[in-house]
Amino acid sequence: MNKEFKAKIDRAVNNANLTGALGKFSEAYKVNRAKAYEGIDFEELRDRVAGIKSEAAADLDALAAEFQRNAEALGAKVFRTSDPHQVKEYILKVAQEAGVKTVVKSKSMATEEIHLNPYLVKNGISVAETDLGEWIIQLAGQTPSHMVMPAIHLTKEEVAELFSKEVEERLAADIPRLVKVARNELRPKFLAADMGISGGNIAVAETGSIVLVTNEGNARLVTTLPRIHVAVIGVEKLIKEFAGVAPILEALPRSATAQLLTSYVSIISGPTENEDGSPKELHIVLMDNRRSEMAKDPKFKQALQCIRCGSCLNVCPIFRLVGGHVFGDIYTGGIGTILTAWFDELKKSEDIQGLCIQCGNCTQVCPGKIDIPELILEIRRRLVLEQGQPFMQKAIFSVVNNRRMFHGMLRAASLAGKPFTSGKFIRHLPMFLAELTDGRSLPAIADKPFRDQFRDIKQPVCAEKAVFYAGCLMDFAYPEMGVALVKLLNKAGIEVLFPEEQTCCGAPALYNGAYEVAAQNAADNITALLAANARYVVSACPTCTVALAHDFSKTLESVGKTEWLPKAKELAAKTVDLSTLVKRLVDEGRLSFKEGEQLGAVTYHDSCHLKRTLKVFEEPRELLEKAGYQVTEMFECDMCCGMGGSYSIKLPEISAPILQRKLANIKETGARVVAMDCPGCVMQIRGGMDQDGAQVRVQHSVELLVDRIKE
Amino acid sequence: MFEAFKTRAEGVGAEVHRVATREEALLFVRWFLETERINESPGSGALWAKSALLDGVPESEIPRHPGLSHDVSRDRAAQAKLGISEAQWGVADTGSLVLDQGAPEQRLVSSLPTIHLALLPTGNILAGKAQVFEKMNPATSKYIAFITGPSRTADIERVLTIGVHGPERLVIVCIDDVEGGPYE
Repeated sequence: MNKEFKAKIDRAVNNANLTGALGKFSEAYKVNRAKAYEGIDFEELRDRVAGIKSEAAADLDALAAEFQRNAEALGAKVFRTSDPHQVKEYILKVAQEAGVKTVVKSKSMATEEIHLNPYLVKNGISVAETDLGEWIIQLAGQTPSHMVMPAIHLTKEEVAELFSKEVEERLAADIPRLVKVARNELRPKFLAADMGISGGNIAVAETGSIVLVTNEGNARLVTTLPRIHVAVIGVEKLIKEFAGVAPILEALPRSATAQLLTSYVSIISGPTENEDGSPKELHIVLMDNRRSEMAKDPKFKQALQCIRCGSCLNVCPIFRLVGGHVFGDIYTGGIGTILTAWFDELKKSEDIQGLCIQCGNCTQVCPGKIDIPELILEIRRRLVLEQGQPFMQKAIFSVVNNRRMFHGMLRAASLAGKPFTSGKFIRHLPMFLAELTDGRSLPAIADKPFRDQFRDIKQPVCAEKAVFYAGCLMDFAYPEMGVALVKLLNKAGIEVLFPEEQTCCGAPALYNGAYEVAAQNAADNITALLAANARYVVSACPTCTVALAHDFSKTLESVGKTEWLPKAKELAAKTVDLSTLVKRLVDEGRLSFKEGEQLGAVTYHDSCHLKRTLKVFEEPRELLEKAGYQVTEMFECDMCCGMGGSYSIKLPEISAPILQRKLANIKETGARVVAMDCPGCVMQIRGGMDQDGAQVRVQHSVELLVDRIKE
Repeated sequence: MFEAFKTRAEGVGAEVHRVATREEALLFVRWFLETERINESPGSGALWAKSALLDGVPESEIPRHPGLSHDVSRDRAAQAKLGISEAQWGVADTGSLVLDQGAPEQRLVSSLPTIHLALLPTGNILAGKAQVFEKMNPATSKYIAFITGPSRTADIERVLTIGVHGPERLVIVCIDDVEGGPYE
């Protein structure tokens, strides 16, 4: 990651105004969004929206042609181009031929994408943005930081400052008054403008209609008052049928601003008349700019299902910390990373793709059902293919693919870490490694890894056998969790097998775009884990579980090792996470808890992969309750802890404040114990609590459950 | 249906009234013109866009008031305090009005003045957007407008503020019995 980018992050996370405003907004958004969707089956709705959009994406060319035919039959002029520069030339030509001096604009990300304003201004045309947020950033000489709320990064004081300069009058930071100033300043511009430029939220092929969704009422003025209206629309806004507008309108305002409907929706089908009875000139520019190419890409075509609501930004733990500008000038946040890689260039996404911590929050709310984290991984993979792996990473991954050497190094680390170890933690590391322990202690590598300890645990001989897949953290840092797991399963009459050939699950490589390495890890593990022929393969690390149950097939398939797929599927079918298995055993009466003891409050932290990929969140809570704990929920219990595997090492400046939020939310509950099902989260949160000094025990569920089982 | 519509519309800041007949609606308008002190001075006028409701109403029954005009122009609209127009449909689940605004005068009176008063046949309130989409035909209605509450923004610090570029107030008058009205 380059220095300039790191500096940008640093400035953003230390901008209290920014993080304060975004933090408050994201908290309120979650509540308001849920309220806006009350009584609506969101899954059903987003299936419909994704269906309408993906059907359109599969047929963009034909839809664009149909749109053109129908809009032109109504009297509009439609200009189609794949080249952003031609869009600008076309608009300038229209303007010059009609003697246009001034333009008013309503919000359009497509025109931001092609930098239309500076082009028109350079050619002597005055351009006024009229969306309040866009006007603010135009006055500030900035770019939008959020596609729905472009000026969310500015305070009312900053806005008052900008407006004061514009109207040459000292204005107080009084929001209603500032809004009035904007109304009064922009009204004459609307009335005088020769041309109005808008974007378009939807374009309907069947009817040649464009749909504009706004709140302020500026788009109505932009499309009514000037004699020329130019709409610049990306071809991904095309849909086939008029009836498809309704479901998109159900989802867009709810997801964007938690409104049931925005104040204004305008459906324009062909030119109307001007007030004097003359026909209005309506130009619709359908801009491609690599969208068709995207539609042909088997992975990225789903990104065209985006309806530009911005909800992926609103729920993103990284976005609310760094804001939009760290992501770039135009499209920001998760979807913005993907759009930048395509509409701009892949290289431009090199730094920003690394901002995604893969927590999956956005996948839960996206009305277009886009798997944004997966597409960002795909960007990573392609960057690695294009540019090769960075030297150090390559060295690390080649070690990870050599199990003996990798495990040997982990054992050596147990000794090497000694000088910095205090109790079970590494508290301070020397020199350039120091930032790794900034705000968080790292676990000391165990003296005796789980694989060595397991040899000393005598296994009962049972008909039912489970293979335990430990994963690196449990094997080498937290062997005691593995020991607890074995004890638990033994009590249920299950014999545990531990194939020593098991190795890293490949997640670190995968999340760094090194698919070849991850595929090799997958193949090695499949061989090792299936050889034992047990009924289950159980893991107590959700990231590993997801690797075994979901990622192995996908990774092997994407590198073309399809011969492995049947075995990968066999392994996936056997894989189960600990809480799900234990819950099943308890339900079947094969495990039961000691009764009659009140163990007090425990709060539960949902790990990203467990909650959102494996959809397991009730089971661990129910088990803790049955074991005698009282589960007290923390605020944002399923928000990422900031660990994200190597993320916390690459971007400690982001990881640390996310962790601090988590620690505060845990402490707020007053519970003396926080439980979770992921050793990675334990490492992050336990390390954070250690440096914080708070008296809160951080435990993997398995450690809390094992002592409570009846003999 | 009306109650659901009213609840939603009021929820987003619209003012909702209900009258039994067209005559009552005309009375309401007279009262409103008085209350808002509509007059001939700049910024205090009212404009009434062509409305099917007025078809067949005897000339003598159409409200007259100083400052009220039926002759819509952009300059007058820019100066008007109140714009009156007719909505074709209501949407109960969002509290929205749906207006066929192909004629520019319909948009001028509902976007430039500070107050927009909309007349809506109560019987034309539909359950949701999907039902409205079945009734609308973009081939004949070139500019369909959904209006839900007054103009709003939250672009400064996410604080909801009413009346940016459009009307600050949306007043809806639902008319139960639209005698001679064109809708169903």
